[in-house]
Amino acid sequence: MDGIILQLFDGLSKGSAYALIALGLTLIFGTLGVVNFAHGALFMLGAFCAVLLSQLLTISHTVVDESRTDFLGNPMQVDIPYVVEWFGEAAGNAIIDWSVPLAILFAIPVMLLIGFAMERGLIRHFYKRPHADQILVTFGLAIVLQEIIKYFYGANPIPTPAPDAFSGSFDLGAVLGFDPFTIIYPYWRLIYFVFALIIIAGVFAFLQFTTFGMVVRAGMADRETVGILGIDIDKRFTVMFGIAAAVAGLAGVMYTPINSPNYHMGMDFLVISFVVVVVGGMGSLGGAVLAGFVLGVLESLASLNAVIELIPGINQVVIYLAAVLILLTRPRGLMGRKGVMED
Amino acid sequence: MTANPELGRPDAARGTRTAARRERSGFLGLTGRDAGLLLLVIVLTMAAPVLLNPFPATSSLAQFNAGYPDLMQRFVIFGIFAIGFNILFGLTGYLSFGHAAFLGAGSFAGVWMFKLLGMNVLLAIGASMAVAALFSLMVGYVSLRRSGIYFSILTLAFAQMSFALAYSVLTPITGGETGLQLALNDPRILGESVTASGNIPLPSLFGLEMRTTELVTFRIEGLGVWAFPFNVGYYFCAAVMIVAFYVSIRIFRSPFGMMLRAVKSNQQRLNYTGVSSRPYTLAAFVISGVYAGLAGGLLVSMDPLAGAERMQWTASGEVVLMTILGGAGTLIGPVLGAGLIKYFENIFSKINKGVLEGWFSVFPDGLSDVLVTIVYPFVGKGWHLTLGIVFMLVVIFLPGGLVEGGQRLGRVFRRSDRKGLGVEAPAADTRAKAEE
Repeated sequence: MDGIILQLFDGLSKGSAYALIALGLTLIFGTLGVVNFAHGALFMLGAFCAVLLSQLLTISHTVVDESRTDFLGNPMQVDIPYVVEWFGEAAGNAIIDWSVPLAILFAIPVMLLIGFAMERGLIRHFYKRPHADQILVTFGLAIVLQEIIKYFYGANPIPTPAPDAFSGSFDLGAVLGFDPFTIIYPYWRLIYFVFALIIIAGVFAFLQFTTFGMVVRAGMADRETVGILGIDIDKRFTVMFGIAAAVAGLAGVMYTPINSPNYHMGMDFLVISFVVVVVGGMGSLGGAVLAGFVLGVLESLASLNAVIELIPGINQVVIYLAAVLILLTRPRGLMGRKGVMED
Repeated sequence: MTANPELGRPDAARGTRTAARRERSGFLGLTGRDAGLLLLVIVLTMAAPVLLNPFPATSSLAQFNAGYPDLMQRFVIFGIFAIGFNILFGLTGYLSFGHAAFLGAGSFAGVWMFKLLGMNVLLAIGASMAVAALFSLMVGYVSLRRSGIYFSILTLAFAQMSFALAYSVLTPITGGETGLQLALNDPRILGESVTASGNIPLPSLFGLEMRTTELVTFRIEGLGVWAFPFNVGYYFCAAVMIVAFYVSIRIFRSPFGMMLRAVKSNQQRLNYTGVSSRPYTLAAFVISGVYAGLAGGLLVSMDPLAGAERMQWTASGEVVLMTILGGAGTLIGPVLGAGLIKYFENIFSKINKGVLEGWFSVFPDGLSDVLVTIVYPFVGKGWHLTLGIVFMLVVIFLPGGLVEGGQRLGRVFRRSDRKGLGVEAPAADTRAKAEE
């Protein structure tokens, strides 16, 4: 039982990442009708925003500390980050420690800009081309983006730790009334889950309760009529592309403490997030979120020892298996709208 | 599951008759242009050991010689893979992101033949094709129930499943992380387990070992020494590729190929006229799967070792890149694309800082440093970046790939001297359209 609960929570945090990426993908598909294979790369760029910020914050200069000596007896050279110098010892170190959460603020404008540039510069020329062409050009773009990152950061994962306050684990079992030390759960995964919920709620609220969101929803339902009513829907869809990029980027920023970012993390996530989108139903935002969490939990539950003993290897393939079954039995996916990409 | 030419549907029948009329004439049932293309491929592949070694072996440019056996084998093997992929994607428009799974399955089947029966490559290749055919029949039967992006995702899902299983649970069959290798105690009931000298026997075609290479050297006084390796394995692969290319031309020009094009241009209309497109697309899927299996069998015939990473989706992505880069739906395009990517991967990636500095040393120091800094990210280890950029440019500006680029260039040249050859240019235009 405790094993199941642990895997359930693990699945929820894994599913949060799937849901966030799939949400962005669906925003792009639902508004612009573009299949964006570079979305994984946006996730990766977000993660490297966090890496870049933590590197920027630790830029330091070397001073000679006369009061201490190194093992040769010479005065010791100490690297002092500029941040520490400017804000004082305590505040400076705290800023460095909290670089990942701070990277959220840094990543939002950066990812919005990248999103706008991508849409204006490349994607808009592909609205009228077949889906296969869109897949191919964004696939090429994903290769280019990840190679650029590889050139600057190398091929090895770069550890980017969470703030010290959240770096440990806590005893979830004790909270839920089990024996102590049966369910140990890292803080950061819980935070990731809550963060994902906030972002998802934010996106839905934005679409549901603002005028801008209303226009976008109207455009998703019937683009032509909205255009006839005199609204420049293209401009709003560009903004939505930026928002989708920012969502993917934020998912990447917060993911860095869970998995050290490397240049091909986007590709690893891309395949699964496409499966998630398709399972949820192309163009359905709720479906993408639901499918993200369902598949995440499914994947975790399949890694239970009892399940693996029953069906060997199931933990490796359960997501794809679920996708195959759902695609063959429910052409629209879990919550797809009628008539959208049903063939 | 071949197309019945006399089904009597108006669209199909009209295409059929013209295709049938064309087929009766010419060399091996090919019209002049196709025969010319086939002859060109034959000549190029046969002369490749010479053509790909243009620089003297002793010169500093020798590192750009692509004519060593291992790489030449890869050129033609991946050419076969791409030709097969093109039969599916180029003709029907179904974009599969899981074809590497068939290549991988073929590789494993080939190695198992080497382990169980004997070292004859024909056994391995036969088994590879059979296994790939069965596997692609199963995957295709399920995946082709959907089209468009769903089809891509389904094939991707199947390929990733086979990769994950081959890597973990199926380790007894696939060798898991280390890959599947030959061993001294394999049975090999049709041959010998161990050679007289105590080694694992090498893959061979009725005693003709694939590894045998005849090195012909050629000296021009004052210029240097050229070395041309003539490798048995390469010529075997090249012969197989020529057959594969011929079969693909016949498929392109057949009534069956016509039906596949109809699927691409308007499947709905095909359905309304009462034709079920599924048998045709499934046949195309299996044929391209068999091509992939053949490529896998040839890979292990050249080097009897197979690993699960051959099935990964990035490997599937590579064949997509090859086909698009060369020109999807054209005959020669996929072969060109495969050659280009393999050349990039093996030769272009070797250009390091030292080589660049050598090239730019004619410029003054400061300028040469700047040039090296600018160019360096795009070559050597960064060759993927160049590949990605070239690929994007091709998709954006040349949807027909390099072949379309060549045709456009050709048309520009022909237009400029149209006065002399007034009749030629319009004919070329219609031909180019027919090619699409």
